[in-house]
Amino acid sequence: MIELKLPASEETIRSLNLGDEVRISGTMITARDAAHKYLIEEDPEFIRPYLENSLIYHCGPVVKQTDGEWSFVAAGPTTSIREEPYEGTIIRNYQVRGIIGKGGMADGTLQAMHDYGAVYLHAIGGLASLLAESVKQVKDVFMLEEFGVPEAMWVIEVEDFPAVVTMDSHQQSLHTQIKAKSGEVANRLIHPVA
Amino acid sequence: MAIHLEESALADQVYELITRASTDLPPDVVTAIRAARDREDPGTPARNVLGMLLQNIDLARENHTPICQDTGTNIYHVHYPGGVSTLTLKKVIREATVRATEDSLLRPNAVDPVSGKNSGNNLGTENPFMYFEEWEEDRLRIDLVLKGGGCENVSAQYKLPDSSLEAGRDLNGVYKTIVDAVNNAQGLGCAPGIIGVGIGGDRATSHLTAKKQLFRKLDDTNSDPDLAELEDRLYRDLNSLGIGPMGFGGKTTVLGVKIGAAHRVPASYFVSVAYMCWAYRRHSLTLQNGEVIYD
Repeated sequence: MIELKLPASEETIRSLNLGDEVRISGTMITARDAAHKYLIEEDPEFIRPYLENSLIYHCGPVVKQTDGEWSFVAAGPTTSIREEPYEGTIIRNYQVRGIIGKGGMADGTLQAMHDYGAVYLHAIGGLASLLAESVKQVKDVFMLEEFGVPEAMWVIEVEDFPAVVTMDSHQQSLHTQIKAKSGEVANRLIHPVA
Repeated sequence: MAIHLEESALADQVYELITRASTDLPPDVVTAIRAARDREDPGTPARNVLGMLLQNIDLARENHTPICQDTGTNIYHVHYPGGVSTLTLKKVIREATVRATEDSLLRPNAVDPVSGKNSGNNLGTENPFMYFEEWEEDRLRIDLVLKGGGCENVSAQYKLPDSSLEAGRDLNGVYKTIVDAVNNAQGLGCAPGIIGVGIGGDRATSHLTAKKQLFRKLDDTNSDPDLAELEDRLYRDLNSLGIGPMGFGGKTTVLGVKIGAAHRVPASYFVSVAYMCWAYRRHSLTLQNGEVIYD
């Protein structure tokens, strides 16, 4: 088990390898479909400090507000591949050190992770209650009115957030490896040799 | 024969149904996940992931919080006795949905595809989705499944024959499409999944038949012996793919395969695959003689 503290240096991130189990602590920000489009098209300056040397979490939470304070009720990862067209550019432009999500991403992101020093951290899909418990504080929220609750950018403080490195900065992807193996089995099942 | 419905009482009962669906995974699913964890080798990500899922299930039940933040498309299948107004039932379900959203049991999940606006209360065209069927029994039964978007996105539909799969218009052809669909999904549908399959129908009823299989329990047996055999064969073979929980590799790729069929026109042969994530949120309520039973 590796403790990953945020903000993280490029050196720390490059020391992570495929299959490493990590527990993440520190401040990060959620972003999904609308936010990724916004980061590319509007290039908002104010958001830079929240992204630099930190992580983007692909998550659309269930939240509640008590006496003006927000908290996360359920906070599992959403499917990352939808952000593939944007992510490489965002990693480069905002010096993001990693992505937390589920399902992994494709070659463009893997290349950017290699070139600029970032990793893909796979969270457990549907682990919403357990992950919400590791979100200790909601520090801020941006674009809530414009994007709605799931799509807004939530700045959160996490403690011991569990994840597995499934894409590293050395151009390795667990998703590619598993897909190659299962593809061979599927091929044998679909086209049995008579 | 007709039963009398108290609207406000029924709204409370549907609210309770939504609460159970969102926060309390059914016992047959928990049993299947526990058995899957025990099958995986110690120290593997597969076993660790399944262990965390079980912790999460307990936590959600204790705290009355959603098992997964994507509370999904809310799919209702309602069986009602003669004389009951489906308009009233719709109104009651919509009311309960709004309350459950206000209380954070459901995430606001209904987005207008034209304006991009989230309705904020889970109401919208075809939201929640309700399917009504009158039956001859004197009880009202409401089944609910919450199906997340991630697993819906990896669901698929095939048209047989399919030359690339060498799949013809028979159950062996059906088998090949399902292997292909689950292999294509990898971990993206939040594996281990439950695979609902609809054979035949037109494009719409084929998918509906697949979705309806998700109202069955994992440990039931298909009443059609040919389909029962196909379900067993697929369950065994899909778990040999090695995709594993979350796609991290492992012995557990699916928790169950459930297949139904609908008559087709001679020209068409569709196979629809409704992939359901491990967070198989399925509950029902039955109302009879003023008494309510949740399952």
